[in-house]
Amino acid sequence: MYTYSSFDHEFLKSRNAQFRAQVERRISGALTEDEFKPLRLMNGLYLQLHAYMLRVAIPYGTLNSAQMRQLAMIAERWDKGYGHFTTRQNIQFNWPRLRDVPDMLDSLAEVGMHAIQTSGNCVRNVTADHFAGAAADEIADPRPVAELLRQWSTDHPEFQFLPRKFKIAITGSPNDRAVTRAHDIGLRMVLQGDEPGFEVVVGGGLGRTPVIGKVLAEFIPEADLLPYIEAILSTYNSFGRRDNKYKARIKIMVNELGLEEVRARVARRFKTLRAEWGGADQAILRDLRAAFAPPAFRNAPTTAYDTAYAHDPVFRSFADTNLAQHRHPDYAIVTVSLKAHGATPGDATADQMRVMADLAAQYGHDELRISHEQNVILPHVHKSDLPSVHAALQSAGLATANIGLISDIIACPGMDYCALATARSIPVAQEIAQAFRARELDIGAMKIKISGCINACGHHHVGHIGILGLDRAGVENYQITLGGDGTETAALGERAGPGFAYDQIIPAIDRLITAYLDLRDSEGESFIEAFRRLGPKPFKDALYQTGGRADAA
Amino acid sequence: MSRDFTPSVLTANDLFEGDVVYLTASGGWSRMHTEAQLFHDADAAAQALAAAQGQPERLVGPYLAPAHRGPNGPEPAHFREAFRARGPSNYRHGKQADGMCRN
Repeated sequence: MYTYSSFDHEFLKSRNAQFRAQVERRISGALTEDEFKPLRLMNGLYLQLHAYMLRVAIPYGTLNSAQMRQLAMIAERWDKGYGHFTTRQNIQFNWPRLRDVPDMLDSLAEVGMHAIQTSGNCVRNVTADHFAGAAADEIADPRPVAELLRQWSTDHPEFQFLPRKFKIAITGSPNDRAVTRAHDIGLRMVLQGDEPGFEVVVGGGLGRTPVIGKVLAEFIPEADLLPYIEAILSTYNSFGRRDNKYKARIKIMVNELGLEEVRARVARRFKTLRAEWGGADQAILRDLRAAFAPPAFRNAPTTAYDTAYAHDPVFRSFADTNLAQHRHPDYAIVTVSLKAHGATPGDATADQMRVMADLAAQYGHDELRISHEQNVILPHVHKSDLPSVHAALQSAGLATANIGLISDIIACPGMDYCALATARSIPVAQEIAQAFRARELDIGAMKIKISGCINACGHHHVGHIGILGLDRAGVENYQITLGGDGTETAALGERAGPGFAYDQIIPAIDRLITAYLDLRDSEGESFIEAFRRLGPKPFKDALYQTGGRADAA
Repeated sequence: MSRDFTPSVLTANDLFEGDVVYLTASGGWSRMHTEAQLFHDADAAAQALAAAQGQPERLVGPYLAPAHRGPNGPEPAHFREAFRARGPSNYRHGKQADGMCRN
């Protein structure tokens, strides 16, 4: 993976010194809160309900064991001994004190990490397929391009004051694990003959106006990609509305101008920019490709795996749910669930972070990934090491075998932490995971996603079952959406009907699940497949106990 | 005018800790909602708010939050304020762990 150059280190050092001085000036009274707020946000520092929150970027979700250990150290030294991994492949510390934040940032810089552009109206942390560089179905590792985008967008003078925040996601695989169609720009690697390039999707996003992104260009060659993206940003920066923050995202521009007009404007801008491009980006990209070269995979027998799989039912259950196919036949991708039943989705203690760091160092070519689904991935584990990895995860409370099941829930922090939230998310996730634990293997593939406000950090629009927490006349109320999909077949869920009170949401989900189990044509038909075959009506009938369907089960 | 005023406490976040604080009747700032001064008068509340806005060296974002009288002192009227007064529900962190709330 990429390691920081002296330029990166110097940049972080000077940026952190700058922020340290800004904190001192805020404390001395030289800066007002109005002056300080945009400065702290540009450095990832929020003020939430109970405390400050520091949001640290994990670029394209990739980190090494030293970085994970440093996150553990920071969690223990300056926070309450844990961190929260988010749907944007960031980590959030929920309890820092203002005076400590400059030291936290210096500690991050020691391992090549930072919190820059994790907030504010700028290009945010570039997210990527969490299986990048490991997945069997991948055309090529998208992370060299993701790192190029990180370098290009970090402190880019033209794009520090965009009309609104800007999110880019990238995948090198036809199976979209990065929700690319719900981003301001989604990049999907495609081949034209033997030449790799990118399909460029624009104007996707969730939030109060959910939109599935539209294809702006079917194929942009790699050499043209950066000037093309700059042309999109530049067009958006000139046209995007600054008069109304709810109409300021690029999706609104695409809607107001129309896709054809946006395409024409971007093409004009691209023509100018491309001519000015000297090719330095391609030289950097070549170096980055070398930095992201695959590790030296080991050729060894997989007997230990085969034996454990045949004889240990607990290991087999873990292998069946938490392993994904690796590009090397003797390797596996291990997803470590941060969704133990009843736990807070995405939270890991400092001890757990160290266990995962140790496993990455010992068995995983020193690589870890954070998924937008709030889990941690060991992307390269030789199959013969899987029994040892599983045993170590078990002793750290990290061996929950539930990836892709009903308890593998995305949940935003909600009103337990977030100043913008209108209802809680975490306790709803905790209760669902516990309520369906005994039935989850039977229920099978299911994505439940929960947001505590319309900003949709919990991706509820693209959940098979989405749950949105709202404040209705001073009481928490939860709306359900059905049929959402965040993959290459992306779709927005449709609202089922009136919402449910906090204590009615579990019974409501239970009615939906019971109906699905009743309606599926075989055990192999998943909830989303049954929903697509049957449409929403039977599910709404079950939810609202209407339609004359006997609900006596 | 005062007749339409919802009884409220004056709250903010502490600049250094980020923790939630409340204005008390003695003019100090407490971390406990039950120790807050409950304003019944719009003018007095507005004056206190203006004074708090003049203390950026220790406070962030002061505002008036509806509350009502309870057996141990003012209680939040809205569930958001109840969370601010207590802490998150997934861990015993924040005020509930520091003995700064009475529920």
